Amino acid sequence: MSKKYLELEPEKILSVKDLEVKFYTYAGVVHAVSGVSFDVYENEVVALVGETGCGKTVTTRAITRLIYPPGHIARGQAIFRRRNGTVIDLLSISEKELRDIRGNEIAYIFQDPTSALNPLFTAGEHIVETIVAHSSTNRKLARNEAIRLLKQVLIPHPSLRVKTYPHELSGGMRQRVVIATAIANKPRLLIADEPTTNLDVTVQAQILDLLSELKKQYSMSIILITHNLGIVAEIADRVYVMYAGKIVESANVFELFEKPMHPYTRGLLHALPDPVRRIEKLEYIPGTVPSLINPPPGCRFHPRCKFAKRVCREEPPMVEVEPGHYVACWLYAKR
Amino acid sequence: MSLIRVENVKKYFKVRGSLFKKVKAVDGVTFMIKEAETFGVVGETGCGKSTLGRVILRLLKPTAGKVYFMNKDVLKLSGENLKKFRRMAQMVFQDPHSSLNPRMTILEIILEPLKEHGIVVDDPEKYITEHLEIVGLGREHLYRYPHELSGGQKQRVAILRALILRPKFIVLDEPTSALDVSVQAQILNLLKDLQKKFKASYMFISHDLAVVKFMSNRIAVMYLGKFVEIANADELFEKPLHPYAQVLLAAIPIPNPKIARERKKIRIVGEPPSPINPPPGCRFHPRCPYVMDICKREEPPMVEVEPGHYVACWLYARR
Ligand SMILES: Nc1ncnc2c1ncn2[C@@H]1O[C@H](COP(=O)(O)OP(=O)(O)OP(=O)(O)O)[C@@H](O)[C@H]1O
Ligand SMILES: Nc1ncnc2c1ncn2[C@@H]1O[C@H](COP(=O)(O)OP(=O)(O)OP(=O)(O)O)[C@@H](O)[C@H]1O
Ligand code: SF4
Ligand code: SF4
Ligand SMILES: [Mg+2]
Ligand SMILES: [Mg+2]
Repeated sequence: MSKKYLELEPEKILSVKDLEVKFYTYAGVVHAVSGVSFDVYENEVVALVGETGCGKTVTTRAITRLIYPPGHIARGQAIFRRRNGTVIDLLSISEKELRDIRGNEIAYIFQDPTSALNPLFTAGEHIVETIVAHSSTNRKLARNEAIRLLKQVLIPHPSLRVKTYPHELSGGMRQRVVIATAIANKPRLLIADEPTTNLDVTVQAQILDLLSELKKQYSMSIILITHNLGIVAEIADRVYVMYAGKIVESANVFELFEKPMHPYTRGLLHALPDPVRRIEKLEYIPGTVPSLINPPPGCRFHPRCKFAKRVCREEPPMVEVEPGHYVACWLYAKR
Repeated sequence: MSLIRVENVKKYFKVRGSLFKKVKAVDGVTFMIKEAETFGVVGETGCGKSTLGRVILRLLKPTAGKVYFMNKDVLKLSGENLKKFRRMAQMVFQDPHSSLNPRMTILEIILEPLKEHGIVVDDPEKYITEHLEIVGLGREHLYRYPHELSGGQKQRVAILRALILRPKFIVLDEPTSALDVSVQAQILNLLKDLQKKFKASYMFISHDLAVVKFMSNRIAVMYLGKFVEIANADELFEKPLHPYAQVLLAAIPIPNPKIARERKKIRIVGEPPSPINPPPGCRFHPRCPYVMDICKREEPPMVEVEPGHYVACWLYARR
């Protein structure tokens, strides 16, 4: 294999290029992620939002090759700067080097807290294992650290709860055990997939504060996946909007909420339930989520878009409409 | 008429590694749900919402108290009557991933409750596909296993499995937490439409307060195993009375980055409470800004402050 020289701008920590992931299923090939590119800067919270099933989880799992057969990473690069400064492509390094990075320099808070936890391990054991796997700390110290971390994620009675099994915890407590495990090794990049869905808004606010604090303290970067646009507004710096396996818009958070451009993004912001007004019916984007086995040609949103024109059956290019604000839609691109 | 009546229900769990300590997950809850009504339940994580839902559906045995379904004591049901109850009362579990059998295909998962209750459909593939389409999924998902679906796709399978028997009562535990707002809107509208059509009642548990407000007729606020306030949905949002309800509503994230970052951050203070050793008197007292002497000693009674608006707090009760 020829040795490629990899480059990454100094302020970036991760650059994903042209990622493509497919699943070979009974009913056909699922094109889950089709040419996704995005960047994460040092010390930044990047939000990834989009409809359910559009490929957010698969995209972030693919970054450290957590895709199993019948899934397959068909194409792409994930250029990452390690703690020691070396720049590597996560999609082509050895499995051994990758294991060294996963759970350590890049950590995940997975979407399903229950499946992320082993039912035979106590809350404390999960954290202890993660710590000792990547350092020379002894178990006793790791155990004290586990209690400290459980306290930090606001689990009441941490010294008792450290001994409990996942099924004895509430949904929100399990989620916080997963969060504590993920931050145990102070990762450079934290991938948080729906990290607060099971938390009430007051605890959620405190966990978001904690993440912001860690970001500052350890100059950690975070990829945040969430359907909760309130959380995005609260802590994201930049936002990528995904639809049916592709990124359709990206901008800094203020721009995106103030001037959403892609018709899908606009529809999304419109469907938010309003806590103040009394409403009988919620608005939603008409039509159904497209099949990823036979995705619509061209702009994948065209069957549901009220601005669709003939040209939309061709792939719209990603254009920079304002500095730092990118959108892939024929309303903004010249042919 | 009330469909569900819950009387002073308690559920305690043993604590691992201790003979005497108990987790008081639900500690004396009383309420009723009317026919065709949605009763929302909000509150701290770990305050006992899911446990309460499981007790009502007889998936857990209460430590004390009674549950009535159509005026029948649920704990005493047996044989044919229990089977009927199991058919008419369903639950959508909080974590769709662990509630779906990993070794069954989606088709099998949704057919299972029908089989269990002896309902035969002519063309299962067609029947289930039609239903999958109602929740925004399709034929391509029929033969997949749960791990081959996204979080939100699994969640809709779980909802469909609960709906397929046309139950009279459903406990919906965080049913849309994994859905984007547009698909969420479709599912919530669907649940409302079905409710109108079949006069079903829901107990709706969620941390998304805007969603609870949209769905519910009445809402209960729960704190550490107890209800602290019950009110009509609009009234609760306009005029929350209990100090905990007030902080909770003030912490709703606002989907506007300018306002979200400029507004003063109100954070609840103090240690998170523990149901293993709940504070005496009012359980919120160690964190309450209005705490008085009596709050530390005596438990406040639930009083009706305005018609249908109940609150358990010494600020509103007479000694
Ligand atoms: N193992 C698999 N086999 C087949 N298809 C899969 C598999 N895993 C994921 N998919 C499909 O890939 C697509 C993307 O899934 P992904 O989990 O990334 O969605 P998501 O954006 O995270 O959605 P959600 O918000 O609901 O979690 C979905 O349509 C899903 O059905
Ligand atoms: N099987 C069990 N054994 C021991 N303790 C349990 C068990 N199930 C629940 N608990 C405890 O009971 C309390 C209430 O849990 P429950 O799951 O009802 O909370 P919840 O209100 O649904 O919280 P969340 O919003 O986080 O889902 C928690 O302290 C939990 O740890
Ligand atoms: S490219 Fe065309 S179909 Fe796609 S979002 Fe833009 S206007 Fe709509
Ligand atoms: S009873 Fe006392 S401590 Fe409890 S909420 Fe009311 S004022 Fe606060
Ligand atoms: Mg996902
Ligand atoms: Mg729960």
